[in-house]
Amino acid sequence: MKSYRAAINEAMAGEMRRDASVIVMGEDVSGGTGAPGEDDAWGGPLGVTKGLYTEFGSSRVLDTPIAEGGFIGAAAGAAVTGMRPIVDLMFVDFLGVCFDAIYNQAGKFRYMFGGKAETPLVVRTMYGAGLRAASQHSQTLYSLFTHVPGVKVVVPSNPYDAKGLMIQSIRDNDPVVFFEHKAMYDDEGDVPDEAYTVPFGEANVVREGDDVTIVAIGKMVHLATQAADNLANEGISCTVIDPRTLSPLDDETILEEVEATGRLVVVDESHPRCSMAADISSIVAQQAFKSLKAAIEKVTAPHCPVPFAPELEDLYIPKVEDVEAAVRRTMA
Amino acid sequence: MQLSRDELLKAYRTMAAARHFEESVFENFSDGKIPGFVHLSAGQEATAAGVYMSLDERDWIATTHRAHGQCIARGLDLQETMDEIYGATTGVCGGKGGSMHIADIEKGMLGANGIIGATGPLAVGAGLSARAKGDDGVAVAFYGDGGSNQGLIFEAYNMANIWKLPVIFICEDNGYAEATPSSYSVAGSQVARANGFGMPGVEVDGFDFFAVHDAMREAVERARNGEGPSLIHIKTARFYGHFVGDAQTYRGDGEIDKLRAEKDCLNLFR
Ligand SMILES: Cc1ncc(C[n+]2csc(CCOP(=O)(O)OP(=O)(O)O)c2C)c(N)n1
Ligand SMILES: [Mg+2]
Repeated sequence: MKSYRAAINEAMAGEMRRDASVIVMGEDVSGGTGAPGEDDAWGGPLGVTKGLYTEFGSSRVLDTPIAEGGFIGAAAGAAVTGMRPIVDLMFVDFLGVCFDAIYNQAGKFRYMFGGKAETPLVVRTMYGAGLRAASQHSQTLYSLFTHVPGVKVVVPSNPYDAKGLMIQSIRDNDPVVFFEHKAMYDDEGDVPDEAYTVPFGEANVVREGDDVTIVAIGKMVHLATQAADNLANEGISCTVIDPRTLSPLDDETILEEVEATGRLVVVDESHPRCSMAADISSIVAQQAFKSLKAAIEKVTAPHCPVPFAPELEDLYIPKVEDVEAAVRRTMA
Repeated sequence: MQLSRDELLKAYRTMAAARHFEESVFENFSDGKIPGFVHLSAGQEATAAGVYMSLDERDWIATTHRAHGQCIARGLDLQETMDEIYGATTGVCGGKGGSMHIADIEKGMLGANGIIGATGPLAVGAGLSARAKGDDGVAVAFYGDGGSNQGLIFEAYNMANIWKLPVIFICEDNGYAEATPSSYSVAGSQVARANGFGMPGVEVDGFDFFAVHDAMREAVERARNGEGPSLIHIKTARFYGHFVGDAQTYRGDGEIDKLRAEKDCLNLFR
């Protein structure tokens, strides 16, 4: 058993050993470079890059100044000129100060340069609520990146996928934004020691059922499977799909499964407007309209910033009961 | 600069209140009573007291995530400030913001901020408002040594200077940004950076209330007289970690003990 944190760390370390062009950049990815005490004191904001500095040194593991527009732009520049940077955008909430580097630069080089450029850049970032981190450190903003052609978006829900998707992200020749739920780092699972990849655009059908298809993203996959367990006791049988990558999106698997059950519930920790929940619903509404037996249900956070007060934050995050209620509504 | 007995008492009380407040937050956070993350400013109280003493109701402040002491210096209600940190409905922001987003717009406090560097441009905007109002108000932007490297800060320097706005930039340099020392992350000097944009800058000892106070009074005078922005680089240090719970192994042996013994602004004031 390995943690989600260890799985991601192992993937990065392995790829750095295999390929000298892989470098790591970000605020405190070592944490202590030049300090009077220990180097690698932090090993990343929540310890995910711990040990990389010790093994690979300061030329491949770079603590950066707080300048995301600058260092993610630099990572894009390094990527398109031959490196494979893994750059840490600590909290996805900070994208406002660096989005250009990702969506106008890295994300467009291949297209604008007539197909002649490759930009193998990985942007690691934390998302999600639940840690009482308040409005500017708790958002789930993957739909903003998914909107942009040229940027790939990866949201692993478990340690096995996290390792395989990270290795795939590093080897991929396009910019990838890799979303890590900050409340999942201690989740454990079986993770092989050797290198392996999980391909992009291939959803994981977590369980098969007959009545309702639940599509859930990232941490919400666990809510969906728990709801499916509970509903099984009531005689409602659910399919649970984890898309794993939002761009590319495995809409084929989603459509096939919805055609089989005739019902869809999408579970997304993000806000409802212009969200993955809205996107997946619209794909299904358009392409599997005839097989739908009930209106599509969405379980999302409200259209509201993430509150600080614990009671309010608990209300804000989708819950297992919300998923169960949505499934029952499709069966009514 | 001569200060009256009342002013001296006020300065000391502000610093002492901030210290007690932070120590209480530290204890209660460590006991699991406070949710989320808290960034303590203990050790840096002379900044809060020294900067805010020259400000009045007309003025605006945009500050950082490490702002409990500054809220006290600005005269936010102590109980409401503490309640906000607990996420209570009785908090100054109704519990919506928490420690990282304490604000009180009615008191000109645009808040603590979770986005490093965001404060610079906000203060430029407040400077535009102040000038339009014509009440000689000033706007103050705080950021750390780490924040000083964010491009937004340089954009703010430039705008404030081309428009000669009443903005005061306070680089509160506590030596570290998270685990990264400013000796590693900052190229050039803060004062030279300011000078590069055509504005005066001064470096002051942040453990010395009087040094901070004098520099601020001068900057405020300039701003109120329409002479434009300036920068104050305050060299200080934090007694605690980046956040409560930070193991701080990046710090040197005995670094904090020495600070507490020799560089406590409360002792140095007496
Ligand atoms: C845009 C942005 N990048 C990164 C962070 C994460 N972060 C929060 S505090 C901090 C260090 C700030 O250092 P400094 O500016 O020196 O202020 P100090 O914490 O020392 O008061 C960092 C990197 C953030 N909140 N916002
Ligand atoms: Mg600092």
